[in-house]
Amino acid sequence: MSATTVETGRLPVAKRSTLAKEFNDGRAMIGRNLIAYKRVPQLLVFSTIQPVIFVLMFTYVFGGAIKNSLPPGMNYVDYLMPGIFVQTVVFGSLAAGVGLATDLKSGLLERFASLPVTRSSVLVGRTGADATRNIFVVILMFIVGTIVGFRVHTNVFGLLASMALVVYFGYALSWIFATLGLAVKDPETAQAAAFPLLAPLVFASVAFVPATSMPGWLQPWANNQPVSSVVLATRALVNGGPTAHYVFWALFWCTVVLVIFVPLGVRTYRRAI
Amino acid sequence: MSEAPAILAEGLVKTYGTTTALAGLDLTVPAGTVYGLLGPNGAGKTTAVRILSTILRPDGGRAEVLGKDVVRQAAAVRRRIGLAGQYAAVDPNLTGRENLRLMGRLAQVEPSYIPPRADELLRSFDLVDAGDRPVRTYSGGMRRRLDVAASLVQKPPVLFLDEPTTGLDLQSRQALWNTIRTLVHEGTTVILTTQYLEEADQLADDLVVIDHGKIIAQGTAGELKRNLGGTVIELTMGEDTDVDRAISLVGAVTGSEPERQGALLRMPSPDGSHLLTQMLRRLDDEGVQPTAVALREPSLDDVFLALTGHAAEEEQASENGQGNGKPKGRRNRRAS
Repeated sequence: MSATTVETGRLPVAKRSTLAKEFNDGRAMIGRNLIAYKRVPQLLVFSTIQPVIFVLMFTYVFGGAIKNSLPPGMNYVDYLMPGIFVQTVVFGSLAAGVGLATDLKSGLLERFASLPVTRSSVLVGRTGADATRNIFVVILMFIVGTIVGFRVHTNVFGLLASMALVVYFGYALSWIFATLGLAVKDPETAQAAAFPLLAPLVFASVAFVPATSMPGWLQPWANNQPVSSVVLATRALVNGGPTAHYVFWALFWCTVVLVIFVPLGVRTYRRAI
Repeated sequence: MSEAPAILAEGLVKTYGTTTALAGLDLTVPAGTVYGLLGPNGAGKTTAVRILSTILRPDGGRAEVLGKDVVRQAAAVRRRIGLAGQYAAVDPNLTGRENLRLMGRLAQVEPSYIPPRADELLRSFDLVDAGDRPVRTYSGGMRRRLDVAASLVQKPPVLFLDEPTTGLDLQSRQALWNTIRTLVHEGTTVILTTQYLEEADQLADDLVVIDHGKIIAQGTAGELKRNLGGTVIELTMGEDTDVDRAISLVGAVTGSEPERQGALLRMPSPDGSHLLTQMLRRLDDEGVQPTAVALREPSLDDVFLALTGHAAEEEQASENGQGNGKPKGRRNRRAS
C-alpha cells in the first residue's frame, strides 16, 4: 500500500500513513531486537535455565516442606507452576532496561533520533521483542512443568488466558525497566538496580509459598501486591475455582503500570538522548 | 553561487548548567560543498551537529536545513539528512547487511530499493565479504566504515560526519576521504567535524574554527593557513657547519633572515616546497648540508596558538571521552 514518490532523498521514499509508519517502525525495531536472541543464544538460554532450576528446586527440594501449608488436596507442582510463569516474565522484564541502556551508550539511539522514525518505536520495539520472547519462554515453562507433573485443571482456554495474562504482565513490567534503563543510562547499573526492586515483589509473594506461613505484618502485602495478584489470577485460570475477582485485580495492576510507565518511559527516552 | 544555502544557522546557543557549549554560532553552508567544523574537544562541534541533525534543541537562535527549521520542522529535516556520529552506532548483533537494511527501513525508503542499496553500500565500503557476519566480529575500522555507510542508505542530500576518521588507520582514512569526495561530486552537502587540520585541508571547501562555542576564524583551508603563516621550513645544521654562513645563504634565497635556534633555522614557507627546493640547491652548491630538513604543516595546535593564544588542550572530556558523547548530567530539554 506504499505508493512510491521521490520526495527529498534521492531514493524513493515509501509514502505511509501515520499508522502504517508506526507499524513499519515498530516491526523493524522488534525484528532487530529478536535477532539478538537468535545471534546471542546465551541470552535466551540463561533466561530459561534459571526458571527451569527454580521448577526443579522448588518441586523436589522445598516441595515436601511447603506441601503441608497448602490447601488440602492441592498438588505442589500445580500450585508452583503459575508462580513460575509469573516469576519468569518478571525477571525477564529487566532485559528491556539493560538493552535500552546498551543502545543508548553505543550511540544507536542517537542515530535513531536523527532518522524519521516514530518516537515511540524504539520503546515499542524493545518491549514488543521481549513480549515475543516471553511467549516462547512461557510455553517452554509449561512443557517443563508438564514433565514434572503439572496438570491444567480447567481447560485449554483457561491455559491460553493464563499465558496471555502472564505475557501482558511481563509487557507492562518491561516499560518500568525500559524507563529505569534510560534513566540510569548504563547497562550494569540497570541490571544491578533491578534486583532490589524485584526481589520483594517476587519472593514476598504467593508465587512459591502461601502467605499463611509468613508473619502477620507481611501477609497484606504478600496477598495483594501486583505479582501476587497476577499469580492468583493465573492459578485460578489453570487450577479452577473463583476467577473473575483475581483476573480483575491482575488486569488492574497491568493497566496501572502501563498508564504510568508508557508516558514516563517515552519522556525519559526523549531526555536521555 | 546564488543557490540557497543547504544549512543556515543564526545565533545558536546551548548551555548545560554552567557550561556554555555554543555561544551564538552562525553558519552558512553552501549546497554541494564540504564544510569543515574544526576545533578541539569540547569546542562545541558535536553540539552544533546534534542541533542541526534535530537530536538536540537549541536554547537560543535558529537553524534551517534545506529551508526546513530544525525545531519546528524536525520530521522534514530528518527525511533529508544522514548522520554518522563519533561512535560506530550500529547494532553489534546484526550483520552488516541487516544493519544497512534496518536503517533503510527506518529512513522510510521504499522497500524494494533497500536490498540493492544495501548491497551497493557493502561493495563501495569494501564490506562484501563481511556483509553476512554479525558486526561484533568486525574490526574497529570495519565498524566505522559500516557506520558511515549506514548514514548513506537513503542517499541524503545533507550528510553530517562527526569526526568520521577518528580511530581509522591511514588507508581507511584515505578511502573514506575518497568516498566523501565522490558524494560531494554527486551533489551531497557534507558537514564534517574534525580535530585534524589536514583532514579539513584535504576535504573542506570552507571551514570554520570553533573554540568555546564560537567561531574564531573562517575561510578556506588555504586562507586560514596563509593567515597563520602557512608552512614552516626547518633546517638543522650539523656541528661542523658554519651556521652564520648558512643563514646568509638561506637569507639570499628567501629575502629575509631565518629565525635561529641553536643549530636550527626556521622560516615561513608561503609557497610550500618550492622555496625549500631552491634553498637546498643553493646550500648544496656551496657545500653546506643540513643534517635534517622538515617542511611542517601548521597543526591544529599552531592554529589555536595563533588564533587564541592558548593551546588546543582538552578542555573537557565531553565530546570524545564519554560513552554517549556527553558530559555527565548533560541533558537536553525536550529533544523532540
